[in-house]
Amino acid sequence: MNSTFFIQYDVPALAAATCAAVSCALLGNFLLLRRLSLMGDAISHAVLPGIVVAFLLVGSRATLPVVAGAAIAGVVVTVAVEFLCRLGRVDPGASMGVAFSVLFALGVVLLEQTAASHIDLDADCVLYGQLEDIAWLGPEGWGDAFSWGHLQNLPREVLTLVSVGIVVVLFITIFFKELRITSFDPDLASTLGFRPGWMHYAMMILVSIAVVASFEAVGSIQVIAMLICPPATARLLTDRLHVQLWLSVACAVLSSVGGYMVAAHVPALVVGPGTPSLDAAGTMTVTSGVLLGLTIVFSPWHGLVARHVRRFMTAVRIEREDLLAMLYRLEEVHSAGDGETPRDMSKVQIIEALRGDRGGPGLAIRVALRGALRRGEIMGASGRFGLTEAGRRRAQGIIRMHRLWEHYLVHELGLRPDHVHRTAMALEHVTSRAMQDELETAGGEVATDPHDRPIPDPVPGDERPS
Amino acid sequence: MSAVVAAIASPGAEEIFRILTFRAGYNTSAVIIGAIMLGVAAGAIGVFALLRGRALMGDALSHATLPGVAGGFLLGTWMGFDPRSMPVLLTGATVTGVLGVLTVLFISRHTRLREDAAIGIVLSVFFGAGVVLMQVIARLDIGNRGGLQQFIYGQTAAMQGRDAMVLALLAVLVLLVSLAFLKEFRVVCFNAEYARAQGWPVGVIDIIMMTFVVLVTVVGLQMVGLILVVAMIVIPAAAARFWTDRLFVMLLTAAVLGGFSGYAGGAASAMAGGLPAGAVIVLASGGVFLLSMFFAPARGVVAGVVRTKRVHDRTNRQHLLRMLLEADEVGDAEGLTRTGVRSRRAWPGRSLGRAIRQLRSGGAIDVDPSGGLELTTTGREQAARVTRNHRLWEEYLVRHADIAPSHVDWSADLVEHVLSSEMVRQLEESVAARGGALPPSVHPLTGDPETAQG
Repeated sequence: MNSTFFIQYDVPALAAATCAAVSCALLGNFLLLRRLSLMGDAISHAVLPGIVVAFLLVGSRATLPVVAGAAIAGVVVTVAVEFLCRLGRVDPGASMGVAFSVLFALGVVLLEQTAASHIDLDADCVLYGQLEDIAWLGPEGWGDAFSWGHLQNLPREVLTLVSVGIVVVLFITIFFKELRITSFDPDLASTLGFRPGWMHYAMMILVSIAVVASFEAVGSIQVIAMLICPPATARLLTDRLHVQLWLSVACAVLSSVGGYMVAAHVPALVVGPGTPSLDAAGTMTVTSGVLLGLTIVFSPWHGLVARHVRRFMTAVRIEREDLLAMLYRLEEVHSAGDGETPRDMSKVQIIEALRGDRGGPGLAIRVALRGALRRGEIMGASGRFGLTEAGRRRAQGIIRMHRLWEHYLVHELGLRPDHVHRTAMALEHVTSRAMQDELETAGGEVATDPHDRPIPDPVPGDERPS
Repeated sequence: MSAVVAAIASPGAEEIFRILTFRAGYNTSAVIIGAIMLGVAAGAIGVFALLRGRALMGDALSHATLPGVAGGFLLGTWMGFDPRSMPVLLTGATVTGVLGVLTVLFISRHTRLREDAAIGIVLSVFFGAGVVLMQVIARLDIGNRGGLQQFIYGQTAAMQGRDAMVLALLAVLVLLVSLAFLKEFRVVCFNAEYARAQGWPVGVIDIIMMTFVVLVTVVGLQMVGLILVVAMIVIPAAAARFWTDRLFVMLLTAAVLGGFSGYAGGAASAMAGGLPAGAVIVLASGGVFLLSMFFAPARGVVAGVVRTKRVHDRTNRQHLLRMLLEADEVGDAEGLTRTGVRSRRAWPGRSLGRAIRQLRSGGAIDVDPSGGLELTTTGREQAARVTRNHRLWEEYLVRHADIAPSHVDWSADLVEHVLSSEMVRQLEESVAARGGALPPSVHPLTGDPETAQG
């Protein structure tokens, strides 16, 4: 690919798509936080009549009237949804459905009239955009690209989208505080004297403008995707709003550039050279979806993998604590004089006992067994495992917690003694430092639990995870 | 707009009558009947989607069918079928449609993203994938390919008798299933948690419900287009909600409203030759929705305004009655004029004038020539009843809610008008009604509002 072609076709298309994506993604963050994501969908359908009416009135595809028409239509649909929600007490989703489908239908009917009046307004161009048709005829090489004369000849779509992008960035920078407070807590915002209503409408007008400015280049479906997917991806990666904004911008850029690359190069790679490229707006949309999918699975904190790993680690810790407590109880029975009960168990016995009636492969139990061995809390001799001194100390703390809980549940909460074991089994693993102190004050002086088994002495320096 | 008017106005009255009575040719009748049947089916199933809080699920679903349609087309071509055969396309549409619904449920259940965001994600990403596939189809040199635009706007006007038949069967099926599973659908729609606790198979019921949403969407899509299907699922159901609080009635209302929208829209588009039938049907249902929203007697806006007004009027009349009676009790009734009444209580707007007029025409008060207001015998009875409610409630608040006597007057003001007779009886018992017809006030009554209100 030579650089002239790259500058004349790829650069303006990429610039337009990226600006559109970034503007939409930035605004989408606030829609997502206000649970208005579908307003983007509703607005992008509902601007159709606004565009068509502007078109019928002006008779050309001039940018300004079309954008104005779209902004008005955006306000109309916002007001209509609010009206249906408040006055008609219609469910918010249904209000959007009613408002946007009726306005869209109106647009389609009006569109037929433009066809009758022989004005060229193609529904396809609104739906899919014409990214491939944006060309910057002029510059012959990188040297030309930055000359004023050529910059003035940038395609109209690129200029429009860059200006919309600047307006969006300015709006968010200036009103960041207001946007943040009205998005997270509109009630607090009103009591503090902010005007959530005004911010809401300003937001919706901007969304309408960004949507309609992007239509021509990338089409409505990519607009909807960019309003939702990058912010959703960012939301899964962070809890801080400004980080989320930056991440969503990064994700939008990545989707547009990556999508463009996929559209241009994948067919040639897969099918063979000379294959026509794919629809760029479509591949950008799919790329943003793939990014979101990857984030849902692999996000470090909120991702599915991370959540399952965390859950498994907790399961392993609980199994290890149960294992130590079980061996401790075994030693108690053993030293109570019943010579027949051994102080140790085989691996099979341990897995059977810990698994109880749950079934399953017992993976967490095996990992827990290995962990306890590695920590030197248990030791094995000829296939049987018993507590070490360190393990006994650790187990003493767990058993103490268990029996203190049983005491507390019976004497403070008034539960029946034969009902508390399972509850204590669960609580002993999740007792925080503060709760432990509370239990000590409630039952620290007591020698035995409700089943007359001794409560072991506290272990010095036994820190429990909170 | 003038073209629209001209197009509608062009057919003669006789032609309009023929269209409305299904005698305007085979094709026109097929379109109208098909639109009615689709309206009935989508309206009925939409009720459950709406009540389950999934009104826009149809939106995600219908967009998600596009990659299935395109994929089915490509796969069919590759395997040597006729790629336009309906079973192939419908299977593809159903597969990706269901996949889309499952993705929405997965995202909203297993991530921190909400269902509305999930719907937006699915509809845009799936549709984007469909657009890519469609463009591949367009570049492949296959003749006779299905147009993408028809998929989105539909080809209602090209509906055949056979299509209308399919839609009629669908409508009957949806109605039968809705009636057969009415109890199951009801409990899941209104309180899924309760249903689960009671042992209902909520998941299975949900799936049956969603299956029919999918079926209506997929069958409706290729006949009337994407947006119309979404609209027909949402709008008639939302309109029916204004007419009733009963599920069975709502189901029938939605089916009737949907059918009527289809009839009106189909007929209107037949009259105005050039208009796209799908869009006109949506506009018709939008009109039906607006009429329902404003004028439905059960939950409509006008009915609501009238009800609120009546309550306000009654409240104001009761306030005036009690004020006159209490002024009487402390021997202050002489010459209580409008000015006097206004000095004791704020009367916004023309509420005092309305209250006086209504009480006079009800024979409860008289106005003497000097403008003084006086209770008649009937008025005195009514006033005693009102005052009794007020004082019982005051006593209750002082005794059981520990509110200072000087503060109860205002709290009691707010509730006394909505006390049911059952509640009054309980108050009487709990306050151990004393001898007279009227319990004494718990705070001093004087003509001076400053001390009276504490």
